[in-house]
Formats: sequence, C-alpha cells, structure tokens
Amino acid sequence: MSTVEKTTTHWSRIARDGVWDNNVVMAQSLALCPLLAVTGTATNGLGLGLASIVVMVASGLLVSLLRGIITPQVRIPVFVLIIATLVTLVDLGMNAWMHDLHKVLGLFIPLIVTNCAILGRAESFASRQAPLPAAFDGLMMGVGFTLVLVALGAVREALGAGTLFANASLLLGESLGWLEVTLIPDYRGFLLMILPPGGFIAMGVLLAGKRLLDRRLAARQAAKAATGLAAGV
Amino acid sequence: MSTTTVANPGYRERVGYQAALLGGFAFVATALLVIGDLATRDAIAQREAEDLLASLSQVIPAGLHDNALLADAITLDTTDGALTVYRALRGLEVTGVAFETVGPGYAGPIRVLLGIGADGRVLGARVLSHTETPGLGDKIEVARDDWILRFDGKSLGEPPPERWAVQKDGGDFDQFSGATITPRAVVRAVKRGLERFAAHRDTLTASAVQQVSSDP
Repeated sequence: MSTVEKTTTHWSRIARDGVWDNNVVMAQSLALCPLLAVTGTATNGLGLGLASIVVMVASGLLVSLLRGIITPQVRIPVFVLIIATLVTLVDLGMNAWMHDLHKVLGLFIPLIVTNCAILGRAESFASRQAPLPAAFDGLMMGVGFTLVLVALGAVREALGAGTLFANASLLLGESLGWLEVTLIPDYRGFLLMILPPGGFIAMGVLLAGKRLLDRRLAARQAAKAATGLAAGV
Repeated sequence: MSTTTVANPGYRERVGYQAALLGGFAFVATALLVIGDLATRDAIAQREAEDLLASLSQVIPAGLHDNALLADAITLDTTDGALTVYRALRGLEVTGVAFETVGPGYAGPIRVLLGIGADGRVLGARVLSHTETPGLGDKIEVARDDWILRFDGKSLGEPPPERWAVQKDGGDFDQFSGATITPRAVVRAVKRGLERFAAHRDTLTASAVQQVSSDP
C-alpha cells in the first residue's frame, strides 16, 4: 500500500506532532474537561494520562484496522461506540485487577470518554492511516497529553498543597514511593490552585509559556536561515 | 471526509449497508461488554467485599468479635428502606453493630460507616465517600485529619442531645476553619445513626441464638 511507504518516513514527525507541535492540549486545546478536573495533584494527572494512553493506542489501532469497512456516513457513531466500549472495558479490568489504583482513578476513567481528542485523532488520523502509524500516533498523542497533565498537576499541587506526587505509591507501587516529596513543610495550602479556577490560571500560564518558547525557537531558526543564506551567497 | 485507501464500491452507499454496519458494531460492542462484565464481576465483587471488610474493621475493634462480620449481616426495615446492619458477635451475643448513615454535605451526600457498641457508644466512624471541597471539607477523611476520631466513645446521652452539633451551632464538636457545612453534616449523620440504633436496639442486639432457634 502506498500509505505505508509514505508514513514510514514520518515516524519522527508523528512523535513531534504528538508531544509538542500538535499537542492535544497545548496546540489543539482539546481534552480540557478531564484535564482541569483531575490535575489537582501530579499523581492524578499521571494516572489519567496512563489510562488515556492505553485507550488512545487501542482506539487508533482499531479505527485504522476497520477503516476499510466503516463508511463516512456512520463513522462518528461507530468511533464513539469503539471508544466508549474500550473505556468501559479498561474501567472494568482496572476495577477487578488493579483495585487500589482504581480507587484513586475510578472517578476519572469515565472522563476519558469526554476526551474529544480521542475522537479527533480517530477522525483526522487513524481513519486514514495504516494500523501501525495510527497506533503510534495514539501513543504519542497520549504521551503529549500525559506530559501536560503531569506538568499542570505538579504546578497546581506544589502551589496549592506544597507537595509533589502525593500518594504516588498508591498509583505506581511502593517502589516509587520516593517520588512523594513535601516541598514546603507545614504549608497551610493555597486552595485556589487546587480548585478549578487555579486549573484555568495555571493552564493559561503554561499555554503562554509554550507560545513564547515556540516564537523564540522560530525566531532563532529564521536567524539561522538568514545567516546560512548570507554565508551561501 | 473520505477514506483514501479504499475505493467506494456501490453497495457501501446503500442505506442497508450503513444500517447493518452500525447494527453490527453495536452488536459486537454489546457482546464485548457482556463478556467483560462476566469476566470481571466475581473479581470486582470480591475486591468490594474486601474494601467493606477493611472499613468495618476500622469501626469495630477486632477484639470485640469472633465472627466474620460480612457473614452475620441482618437487614433492618426502616422508613428510608432496607438497611444492612453488620453485627459483631462474641459467641452468640451481639457486642456491636455497624451500618451506614448519610448526611447532606456541601456538595452531595456524605456516607458514614458507623460502629456502635451494644452499650450505645460509638466505636468508630469513618467516611466511606463524599464529594466535599478538596483541601477544606476533606478533613473528615481519617487519612487527612483525626477529626472523625472525636466521635469515639460518644453516645446519645454524652454529650446531651442538644449539644450534638458543631460549636458554631452551640454544640460540642469543632468545625474546621473555612468549612462548617461539612462537619455539621457528619455530626448530624452520626447522631441520626445513634438515634436509629436506639430506636431498633432490641432488634439489633437480640442474641443471635434467638434467630438461629427461630429457624426450624
């Protein structure tokens, strides 16, 4: 198939798109509902991120495999059905076999369905690509989403509660308990940051930071191109 | 949108194909969910029983009973419907009971598991679930604050009924800074639980032997 040859050269492009250039949150401004709801702590962010990655990889793979038989007219209900089924199965499986983790994340897993980024990637990428690139795109988009979740969670947790990765051992096992850091002992807490308004504020600062960085990178690249051109001439 | 890799044969444009496709996916999804539910149901029920037992063991001291708490539950008919009461037995004598009681919190119901000794004193209270504001109302969780331990040993006569309230309402229980509604709801839930115990005391503490002998 021609698409395979075309996409095999684009692995690094997919990775870059997912993590930075076309990041679910920072560039597409999608998935804000689950993002703001869970990022009170870095641990919760990481948990939702990991669960989202699983669903995004599986949905990318399935949608791509089935793209030959799904017609454009009914694609949206079929995609929604696939994603909702996957999320429910992940929810049931975690409840049965990773129960302690489910107690921490149980509330958030149904939120994955509200993550329009998954439907967005199914629609704009997975339904037009071969299975492997589609799954890889799901993975990288998921990783990008997870990075933002953890970053936002860490900022809000540090400012709001003075800790970092609280309860991480519940999520990742006792061996990673060292991740739990108390940054400011006897901190009275700054409630605003833990509540949704703090989420919006921190999110705005993060977005501004990315724009600033992108602009600076673009300026540097333009400068480099200009000097290269000058040297060439 | 169009799929670029597959040319659209004519039958794919038919309504029948679309309907069959959607129906087929719905069928497969349903089948997967049924299988998933069957495969996990027992494991989930077992995990939930373990959770309940862990909560029960926090409100009924282990030294008080020699039975399996989950096995010796009885159902009490109340005005709000059936209430499951877990009984702590030493031999056949009831030494304590535990049941769930609910108070209206700031953002939703607060479910409290309440353990009461046969003498009518609180053995322990633990919040099972709540939706209170993180950082303010969640001090009712024992993992975050020892506030809820203050109920231990209290009974309906001690403090007297009118002092079963938060300090702001002239009662004996302190609220925490910034949150009054949440502790008020918990105090009310515990008080209601004690009143319910008092109202059904004879049924609840009736020796287990009577119920065994009533069976032919």
